[in-house]
Amino acid sequence: MSAVVETKNLTKRYREKLAVNALNLTVQEGEVFGFLGPNGAGKTTTILMLLGLTEPTSGQVSVCGFNPTHQSLEVKRRVGYLPENPGFYDDISARENLLYMARLNRIPEDEARRRTAQVLDQVGLADDSRRWVKEFSRGMKQRLGIAEVLVKKPTAIILDEPTLGIDPDGAIRILELIKNLNREHGLTVMLSSHQLQQVQDICNRVGIIVRGKLIVQGQMDELGKAILKGREWNFLLEVGGDTNGLERDLQSIHGVDEIEKRTSGWFLRCTQDVRREIVDAVTRKGLQLLQLRSEDPTLEEIYLKYFREA
Amino acid sequence: MSVVFWKELADHFSSRRFMILLIIIILSGLWATYATGQAIRQNTDTVPSQFAFLLLLTSSGDSIFSLATFLGFFGPLVGITLGFDSISGEYARGTLSRVLSQPIYRDSLINGKFLAGLATVAVLWGSILLLVIGLGITLLGFPPNTEELWRMLIFTTVGIFYVGFWLALAMLFSLLFQKTVTAALASIAVWLFLSLFVSVFSSAISGVIVPDATTPEALARRADIENVIDRISPSTLFSESVGILLNPAARVFGLALQSQAEGILPTPLALDQSLDLIWPHITTIFALVAVCFGISYIIFMRAEIRA
Repeated sequence: MSAVVETKNLTKRYREKLAVNALNLTVQEGEVFGFLGPNGAGKTTTILMLLGLTEPTSGQVSVCGFNPTHQSLEVKRRVGYLPENPGFYDDISARENLLYMARLNRIPEDEARRRTAQVLDQVGLADDSRRWVKEFSRGMKQRLGIAEVLVKKPTAIILDEPTLGIDPDGAIRILELIKNLNREHGLTVMLSSHQLQQVQDICNRVGIIVRGKLIVQGQMDELGKAILKGREWNFLLEVGGDTNGLERDLQSIHGVDEIEKRTSGWFLRCTQDVRREIVDAVTRKGLQLLQLRSEDPTLEEIYLKYFREA
Repeated sequence: MSVVFWKELADHFSSRRFMILLIIIILSGLWATYATGQAIRQNTDTVPSQFAFLLLLTSSGDSIFSLATFLGFFGPLVGITLGFDSISGEYARGTLSRVLSQPIYRDSLINGKFLAGLATVAVLWGSILLLVIGLGITLLGFPPNTEELWRMLIFTTVGIFYVGFWLALAMLFSLLFQKTVTAALASIAVWLFLSLFVSVFSSAISGVIVPDATTPEALARRADIENVIDRISPSTLFSESVGILLNPAARVFGLALQSQAEGILPTPLALDQSLDLIWPHITTIFALVAVCFGISYIIFMRAEIRA
């Protein structure tokens, strides 16, 4: 595995404001990297620097082994970029929009037509390919944007806020599409977002950027361990019947560290896997087990923690 | 670059804006040629002038404008119409960053856009010229001679670059302001200033420098000063060069003292003599186009593309 994107002390300063501050970012080949941060954290600025659309103030960037500032054409040939709120020429059809981009990529005409039809089918817009883009909904435009990024057969794609302003169903469709592209075509994906719950399922690794600084970067479960400081067994327990005395029984189980009463049931922080003991305790009392669910930290929790610390 | 060029050209030709311009230009061309042509036809007492076809362009006939004056006035509007949303429109649609994240050099976008605009202007101007020649042959019954053709061709070339200046200016504004409406208004403001108000300023300034214009020398001096100031405006440059180019008898700009005019034979100038007179004008128009486009080019190459 080699790094598709690598930055070293990447910095961008706009007059007084430090938009991106000494960023060290790595995106490995074949992974889905979530680039997370609140609005105005410097996500888009970083992406623009990765593509050579703006020049870094200092630091180094390498994308697919090329320097985007001096070899931007090489980078742009290999990397597809979908900006936030992508715009289209709305008085021509979806297909013609894609054909124009294909021509800009110097793809031969008949090959361009074939690829256009193929990517439109891939994103589920085959039936709408001859409609004007001005009739498209936001979700459709976003999918058209992804189709356009795919026309050039990139090795990596960078998506800026791909789910912004799209209804939950549409967002799920787009995320599934991204996941499929990564799995079936081995595409490296870097996507920026501030909506954590939406993207946490599809990201292998995330980096969290707050006020221009990358505060953490790593595998999802590594981040989870870091945030919970070793206590990685968390369960939500819900039982039916008279629960009198159950809490004391649970407390006496070896490995249960902390018990928290929730509206329906308990939240247990444990140092090891005690599911068997818990089920035993419940059945000994003659109660019905309604649910016993493992509660891993969500990205939301990780994100909020780091966001507040920064 | 050719991809951008053909796309922009197709956009221009299929736009309603272009249709409206084409209709205005064709109607005015038809009308001017017809009026002047009829006047020449009905005047059967004298032999038609040696340069009847140039007269079709320059004679105002019964109307207020001659066709050449009309084009000098209307040309800037064509340039502005084609250019004011070239970059700002891309910003507004949010297509600029998508296009520029494709593997193309950044300058090919702005070059392609400018050349497509210029090509559109060339088509408009060329079509009106063909219209004049075609209608002229029908009305007058004889074809234009070689010299007339050459003069018309040079007139067209100068005209294309004159409109090209306004196109470049509108593109510059559309790049600077990034808002379509602001760019259009700024271009129109500059156009109004350069085509209408410059003459007001020039006469005011010359009046200050030469307050007492009673002698012919003082009058000539005042006219000279006015001319110099007027030539800030490309409209003046264009109308002066057209005046010389389409009127082979003309040999001075503005006033000439009687002593200077003495001994001049009332014969038409040869083409190269006429050209000699207006070379400075033509080169200035070319230079203005180059400067305007050059500034846009530099700004565009350094701009950060966020939209």
